[in-house]
Amino acid sequence: MTFDIRLGLAIAAGKLSALSIRRLGRGGGTALPGIVSNQLDADILDKLAARIPGGSIVVAGTNGKTTTSRILAEILERAGLGVIHNRSGSNLVRGITAAFTEQVSISGQPSGQIAVIETDEAALPEVVRRTRPRLIVLLNLFRDQLDRYGELDTIARSWQAMLNELDPDQTVLINADDPALAAISEDTPAKRLTFGFQQCEHTLDHLPHAADAAICRRCGASLTYRELYLSHLGDYHCEQCGYRRPDLDYGATDVQLNGLDSGSLDLSSGDATLHLDASLPGLYNLYNVAGAAGAALTVGMPDWVVQAGIGEFKAAFGRIERVEYHNRNLVLVLIKNPTGFNEVLRTLAMSDMTDPVMIIINDLDADGRDVSWLWDVDAEHLADVEAPLFTAGIRSGDMAVRLKYAGIASERITPLGDLDGAIDQFVEAVPEGHTAFILPTYTAMLRLRELLHQRGVVQMFWEQ
Amino acid sequence: MKLTICWLYGDTMNIYGDRGNVMALAQRARWRDIEADITTLGSGEKLDPDAVDIFFWGGGQDREQIPVSQDIQGEKGTVLRQTLEDGAPMLSVCGGYQLLGKHYHPYGEDQLPGIGFFDAWSEAGPERFIGNVVVESERFGSLVGFENHSGLTFLGPTAEPLGRVRVGRGNNGKDGTEGCIRLNTLGCYLHGALLPKNPAVSDFLILAALKRRYGVEELQPLADDLEMIAHQEAVRRAEVTR
Repeated sequence: MTFDIRLGLAIAAGKLSALSIRRLGRGGGTALPGIVSNQLDADILDKLAARIPGGSIVVAGTNGKTTTSRILAEILERAGLGVIHNRSGSNLVRGITAAFTEQVSISGQPSGQIAVIETDEAALPEVVRRTRPRLIVLLNLFRDQLDRYGELDTIARSWQAMLNELDPDQTVLINADDPALAAISEDTPAKRLTFGFQQCEHTLDHLPHAADAAICRRCGASLTYRELYLSHLGDYHCEQCGYRRPDLDYGATDVQLNGLDSGSLDLSSGDATLHLDASLPGLYNLYNVAGAAGAALTVGMPDWVVQAGIGEFKAAFGRIERVEYHNRNLVLVLIKNPTGFNEVLRTLAMSDMTDPVMIIINDLDADGRDVSWLWDVDAEHLADVEAPLFTAGIRSGDMAVRLKYAGIASERITPLGDLDGAIDQFVEAVPEGHTAFILPTYTAMLRLRELLHQRGVVQMFWEQ
Repeated sequence: MKLTICWLYGDTMNIYGDRGNVMALAQRARWRDIEADITTLGSGEKLDPDAVDIFFWGGGQDREQIPVSQDIQGEKGTVLRQTLEDGAPMLSVCGGYQLLGKHYHPYGEDQLPGIGFFDAWSEAGPERFIGNVVVESERFGSLVGFENHSGLTFLGPTAEPLGRVRVGRGNNGKDGTEGCIRLNTLGCYLHGALLPKNPAVSDFLILAALKRRYGVEELQPLADDLEMIAHQEAVRRAEVTR
């Protein structure tokens, strides 16, 4: 391989800026190095991706992409592969470039054999074009905070155009329980594989408000669900034109939830069935498990490696995290959009918990500046939970009002306001030795970790 | 007593948490021991004006607004306009507000006719107004919400604005007005959702409905401590962010 001077300079500059950011104590240095490298060599990502011997796997979806790509990386590492991965969750082109730059030598020789790339929804087409992945895993498309992403249709159309440009030697693995993903991947020249729930007793009676109306993309009629599992995910068909969910290449059966701690499922492909235990709560995480296992099996990982990787996986940064603080167990669960929030509330409501819950809502760019989305959340799930409810963050008051209008008595709702002052007040309300849940939005999670870190509690995420 | 709240096109025009407005109307009625029913009226369904006490009409994505503007033409639109002229209360936000005017002209598409209840018209603008808003209204005091629109609305000579924009862009970014009010009907660009954080507007609509059907003259007051915390927080947030 000849030495590409421009590429070498770009890699060196990226590495140096990552190092200096960390020396200055300015956070994880997850995006700036990518910007620097891209400036010096605009094709840096294309060149580096082409040099990875085992190719790249790209993971995208509104919810679960960090967890799924981390489970997948864990499985691949367990099989002895060196995995290049944007582990920090910095998932725009510049963050992905930064992760690649860090994990190659100055001459552009990658330190790993395979890449797992978590990708932002809007960035997916460019990332796919530039990294030419062997496998693309598409998890779901939910309504996000609209001021951030524009309309969901726009994303779906851009994904469809991307899928239609793929080559036959590429593979897409889609969650077939999402009718939009099934529809937009119908005409792709790539090999299409599917995963989903074949059988699961946890069902919904009707589409939640936060879900978009499920419309048949062939004929425009409303879809009918034989079973509905989560938001608009389920086993659907169209009574007008006969369109139905594609057959599942990886179908989950015996989907079990064990309270707030863990879950399990059996994943069938062909005649083989693989039992998977995961220490992750909630149906939404079992979809992530099915997607990651399907992806790992697709690239040829042995059954026992998949089982072990999933069994020992610890939740990704901020998604679910348990910390000990002043003799209390705090469970931190990231909330970032209506569907994710709904599923967390649904999981909480299934347990008979009585210990306090704190919901922290910020309205910075990364949270969504418009807090209207709180009204698309079914906070009514909490109406029958006996736990006292605290709210905090920049929009503490909005969340308190949302809870009140969900039918929860005002006496049970305490708005604490600014997070810096709220954290200790909340912890004091939790009896010693008990477990309490904290549900922050993204920037609230960052601040919460900072505050806990100052109190000597958790490692910062880029030190993991 | 019982109130029926009708969410116009609630199956498609339901973005940006606008259902919070419907919830606020229903809950504030129930907290006063007034029964509240929520119904939706979709495309192709006939409007029975006697069966409705309060209307809500929210916003939708552009592609959803076109079939709605077709559905509201003819008899349905005429009945709706007459009902509002008779004093039926309505809150309309964004897309619904635009269709209560004379017409809406989206970018690169044909002009969509409205029902002409407000002396106002709207057209696609060159930029999108996004952010927190504070409006000063003579009738309601300060109103807080979040605007997110590229359509510009202009008021005709007989139209009364809902208020003046203190923070934010408002109807069109030029004349300092936000929204429109006529009789018991309000139109505006305020998401948030609007009503939970501005309980005076909820109670205005509820009282108008009770007066119209039952001759009620005043409402039992409610404790609005949490609502006022959220309201003040939103005012401060608007001042800092724009």
